[in-house]
Amino acid sequence: MINASLTQLAALLAQKKISSVELTSAYLDRIARFNPVLNAFVTVDETASLAQAAAADARIASGAAATLTGIPIAHKDIFCADGWRTTCGSRMLANFVAPYDAHVVSQFKNAGMVSLGKTNMDEFAMGSSNETSYFGAVKNPWDITAVPGGSSGGSAAAVAARLAPAATGTDTGGSIRQPAALTGITGLKPTYGVVSRYGMIAFASSLDQAGPMAKSAEDCALLMNVMAGFDERDSTSLERPVEDYTRDLAQPMAGLRIGLPREYFGEGLSDEVARGVEAALAEYRKLGAQTVEVSLPNTRLSIPVYYVLAPAEASTNLARFDGVRYGYRAPDYKDLTDMYEQTRAQGFGAEVKRRIMIGTYVLSHGYYDAYYLQAQKIRRLIAQDFTEAFAHCDVIMGPTTPETAFDFGDKSSDPIAMYLSDIYTIAVNLAGLPGMSVPCAIAANGRPIGLQLIGDYFSESRLLGIAHQYQRVTDWHERMPPNSEQQI
Amino acid sequence: MHWEIVVGLEVHTQLSTRSKIFSGSSTVFGAAPNTQASAVDIALPGVLPVLNRSAVERAVQLGLAIGGNISRRSVFARKNYFYPDLPKGYQISQMDHPVVEGGSLTIQVGPDEKTVRITRAHLEEDAGKSMHGDFHGMTGIDLNRAGTPLLEIVSEPDLRGAAEAVAYAKTLHGLVVWLGICDGNMQEGSFRCDANVSVRPLGSGVLGTRCEIKNLNSFRFLERAIEYEARRQIEINEEGGTIRQETRLYDPDRDETRTMRSKEDAYDYRYFHDPDLSPLVISEDWIARTRAAMPELPGAMRERLVAQYAISAYDAAALTASRATAAYFEQLVAASSGEAKLSANWMMGDLFAALNRYELDMAHCPVSAAQLGRLIVRIVDGTLSGKLAKEVFEALWQAAGEVDAIIEARGLKQVSDSGAIAAIVDQILAANPAQVADYRAGKEKMLGYLVGQAMKAMKGRANPQQLNEILLQKLN
Repeated sequence: MINASLTQLAALLAQKKISSVELTSAYLDRIARFNPVLNAFVTVDETASLAQAAAADARIASGAAATLTGIPIAHKDIFCADGWRTTCGSRMLANFVAPYDAHVVSQFKNAGMVSLGKTNMDEFAMGSSNETSYFGAVKNPWDITAVPGGSSGGSAAAVAARLAPAATGTDTGGSIRQPAALTGITGLKPTYGVVSRYGMIAFASSLDQAGPMAKSAEDCALLMNVMAGFDERDSTSLERPVEDYTRDLAQPMAGLRIGLPREYFGEGLSDEVARGVEAALAEYRKLGAQTVEVSLPNTRLSIPVYYVLAPAEASTNLARFDGVRYGYRAPDYKDLTDMYEQTRAQGFGAEVKRRIMIGTYVLSHGYYDAYYLQAQKIRRLIAQDFTEAFAHCDVIMGPTTPETAFDFGDKSSDPIAMYLSDIYTIAVNLAGLPGMSVPCAIAANGRPIGLQLIGDYFSESRLLGIAHQYQRVTDWHERMPPNSEQQI
Repeated sequence: MHWEIVVGLEVHTQLSTRSKIFSGSSTVFGAAPNTQASAVDIALPGVLPVLNRSAVERAVQLGLAIGGNISRRSVFARKNYFYPDLPKGYQISQMDHPVVEGGSLTIQVGPDEKTVRITRAHLEEDAGKSMHGDFHGMTGIDLNRAGTPLLEIVSEPDLRGAAEAVAYAKTLHGLVVWLGICDGNMQEGSFRCDANVSVRPLGSGVLGTRCEIKNLNSFRFLERAIEYEARRQIEINEEGGTIRQETRLYDPDRDETRTMRSKEDAYDYRYFHDPDLSPLVISEDWIARTRAAMPELPGAMRERLVAQYAISAYDAAALTASRATAAYFEQLVAASSGEAKLSANWMMGDLFAALNRYELDMAHCPVSAAQLGRLIVRIVDGTLSGKLAKEVFEALWQAAGEVDAIIEARGLKQVSDSGAIAAIVDQILAANPAQVADYRAGKEKMLGYLVGQAMKAMKGRANPQQLNEILLQKLN
């Protein structure tokens, strides 16, 4: 059952072969057993989850069920959920109980899905290894000496270890795709503006985008049907016709033009990841697709541009955490300024403070033009690269990450090395495009490898279809971490 | 040396929208602390701003009224600083691309008109309030005001001295209230001024170093603060000192300005485009619809009143002091069967005096235009003398009923029967032979005495013109 797809679970529930309470209890049991090792969940509330499951069962019984009613889902702890502690992985919000639901949370709630709890994450989504969480790092279920990736590492690990059939994530520079790749699951970052950011704690507002993390592209499509759509509470949410994200799942691959960016296959890419990606491309060719070389010449600039723009936005997004109205406040201070300084010095971790400092610096008088404005210009060039590439191909493919999951401590003392692990994902956020990661191999060290798919604006359903066709002929997405099965 | 005082004003007008600029909370003044502060207003994690279209429309109205350029695309920016009553740690404002650019306002300076250039007007949100009252040694924060829409209107340094600054502020105040985009309530902070003041030798083309005086919330404080500040700067200059650019506060109790922060301590607000809000795009169509919904502007209305009713420019100016006043005037002319001059005189005389006496504004005037119009009709048709009309007006003010009923009940109807008047005149002449003789001997002053006696005998109701005529006839 733990490897069942959402479609299969939905059928079991609809046929009353299993109740939502039974299903939810099964996952809660797995969480109770494995979370002490994996640390994927920050908050679990069995009573609340089972109450939601009972309500879902009643809804199914009444015949008013939606497609996913009764199926459990885990939420990244960046989403506010009414009555749930919402920490964003920070001491600053360690005791903050949200009084309202994020749009994404309420969408899943309205669909009758059951919240299994809140998943661990890098503090304020700033990190690529989950090591910056105030609540301790998440372990990679494939190898607990390895990082699960970040910042949606808790959601990725929860799905990989089958502690949840699906999870929500957010992706600012790769935070869905990179942990999905490192834990062997499927994740989608939609086009900027497709999923409302309302109630999602902001890191870098112009880059943040929520998306699904699940075992397969098909599951992601079903989740997108629930979470996507216009929301008037988010001014950057796009008013577009309602889409069925499963509509292109059956589209054949014959004639598909796959663009391979030269810059994604060069220096820095490990041989093993390169081989894994090559193998996946071979599968696509077998399915009738063809590959063409394309170029994204400004890729190398995406990391410096990102590390100007994202911290700039973060430095002011995080100004509200000042100890005045909610959240952490330093116990001792001598005046207002001291209260601010002590509160923020104690409430934020090192990586968050580093980015606040960078962001404050690049927006400062005398530096704004040289850094922030310049970065904005290059951001447009990066987006243009993609536009030009899509003139020659329907989808861009390449590795999600340069290497498989690294060990704890490998990069945590070297921020630049850590930042470079997002080299293939960041440009997608800067351009606002949709991107996916799909498991495509397992390295000799037993750690998964991810294939990245990048589509043109609003091509989510096409991307999901392309990924699904691959998953029809391969079983990487069904592979579970060792020991998972016996743990049922 | 003669010094010229140069002033530019930044006026914060609170826009009279029902809800806040980026949230749905009410903007009504005076609610219990923090009862009008939503998740967005208190900046909970995850909340986002959504722009209030009504606030934009009000800004566009001001822009059109001052002949400014409405930016087809303007941008909201974050102004970053920490303060306990600033929930997000930044204020959403506009910096490089304000909603209104350019424009001007014509003010009256003594007998002359002067055109003051307006640099820009931009939309922004207000902060909350810090309350330093009795909170056991702590500061209270009220976020009801946080997110209230403001339009900051910035003038060029075109004003020369306190009187011009006050005239400009009053004209602008009149305009925003006229447009209905601001309630103009200065006690509640709906119209607050920052004054940039500098001085320079008369004839100099170079601006002196300026000081900004913050948060002046009455015309009197504005005047006093500028006067004090100009005096202070002139004294420093005359003693050979140097003016330091700084932000100052006016203390009305001590009637002086004091340093708040110097230029060196000025914040670096780190303005940048707010990524939560798309650029504000204002279409031609939206501008046209907003223009169509605007009231006739005071300048245009003054010209029309002069042309349409043949009243003086002076009267037209007084009668367009507010939209309520102008509307009253036009209703009054209609109700008095077109007696424009009498209508103007009555409004600017007895009515304004009474409103002044009772400290009422036009909207709360107890005498309706219909009733005052009726009164004017009764003057014109000879029923009431001017003197009796004043008595009726007093009665109307005291809500004693309708004009004709008051005349009837109090027996105020003017006597225009020449027989009746002649009979009284005969009695008076007979009773005052000495005065009659004096008059006939050349003491013309005696005429007034005799008129007075006759009027008294008729309890003031005699048609004064007829009485005069009959008396003269009999005396000569």
